[in-house]
Amino acid sequence: MSSSRSKSSILDKPLSKGKGEVSLALYALLFSEIVQYCQNRSHSINELQTKLSEMGYDVGTRLLDLYFVRERNSKREIKLLNMLLFVKSTLWKVLFGKEADKLEHANDDERTYYIIEKDALVNKFISVPKDKGSLNCASFNAGIIEAVLTNGGFPAKVTAHWHKGTTYMVKFEDMVITRDKGLDDR
Amino acid sequence: MSRQTSRLDAKKVNSELLTLTYGALVSQMLKEIDNPEDVNKQLERIGYNMGVRLIEDFLARTPSTRCLEMRETADKIQQAFRLYLNMQPVVTSWSSAGDEFSLVWDQCPLSEWVEMPNNGLKYCALIPGAIRGALQMVQLDVQCWFVQDLLKGDPITELRVKYIKRLEDAVPAGED
Repeated sequence: MSSSRSKSSILDKPLSKGKGEVSLALYALLFSEIVQYCQNRSHSINELQTKLSEMGYDVGTRLLDLYFVRERNSKREIKLLNMLLFVKSTLWKVLFGKEADKLEHANDDERTYYIIEKDALVNKFISVPKDKGSLNCASFNAGIIEAVLTNGGFPAKVTAHWHKGTTYMVKFEDMVITRDKGLDDR
Repeated sequence: MSRQTSRLDAKKVNSELLTLTYGALVSQMLKEIDNPEDVNKQLERIGYNMGVRLIEDFLARTPSTRCLEMRETADKIQQAFRLYLNMQPVVTSWSSAGDEFSLVWDQCPLSEWVEMPNNGLKYCALIPGAIRGALQMVQLDVQCWFVQDLLKGDPITELRVKYIKRLEDAVPAGED
């Protein structure tokens, strides 16, 4: 923005193609340190998961535009189902190298969807201690999904649970469902 | 484990995931810790912890034997950068005694998309920490510090590595 700066800003650089790869071992160790850092600063499993999710949110916020520009020709999704498929397929594939396994709609609640992943990359090297059975560090991923959906115009709460591997429970706000029905009617 | 139908090599992850995850960690730390100097220290510590464990992976993956002089060690460190961060720093500026050198690079997956606050933060403090940790596990005590930093407006990033001493094998506490 300011020309007085001697170095070029990050916005002046061309967008990378995103084909770079780094070692999984390195990432796993970094993630483990992140979990420890968050754990040292929280008093309960819930708090720890919230912190991980907040960090994921930070990541997701930055991915949303990047991936729509790069993978989808700058066109955002406006239909709910397409947006969910974007998360399940495109986002997961680019980010983690494989699509999430399943996308399901809750039978009893139209606001709720499940994205199911058998082996979450971040959980690959994590063994959950017995006394913290409910802890799922993929809360980090849940944060990514929540940011992508919410910032993409589909406000939702996303949480990670142990069910068929890891299940991300996506609960949309009512207005999202109402609006989506409105689109159908047109 | 079941066979993977993965676009990426199973042992690799997207570098942007690393970039953003590390960025999220650093910005979270800056929010929670008042003094940037403490953030630097903690990042170094995190790097150290990673290095301590990463060296085993490195030894398992590469046909490495014991290095007899720092020049060999420098080569190994360079190799580790390629293996783990997919980047290729240049080893240069040797001291005449051969105990001190620089690693120089102009691109690093950790520091992509970073805009620095003006508060003395050493964004990449993870890297010197990791080098120190890894070398300590092979009985080398070194000191690492940044001489130049791309993120602070320098044309390149220069990391200086200095040999301090050989560590003697010590019996782990409680096992005598």
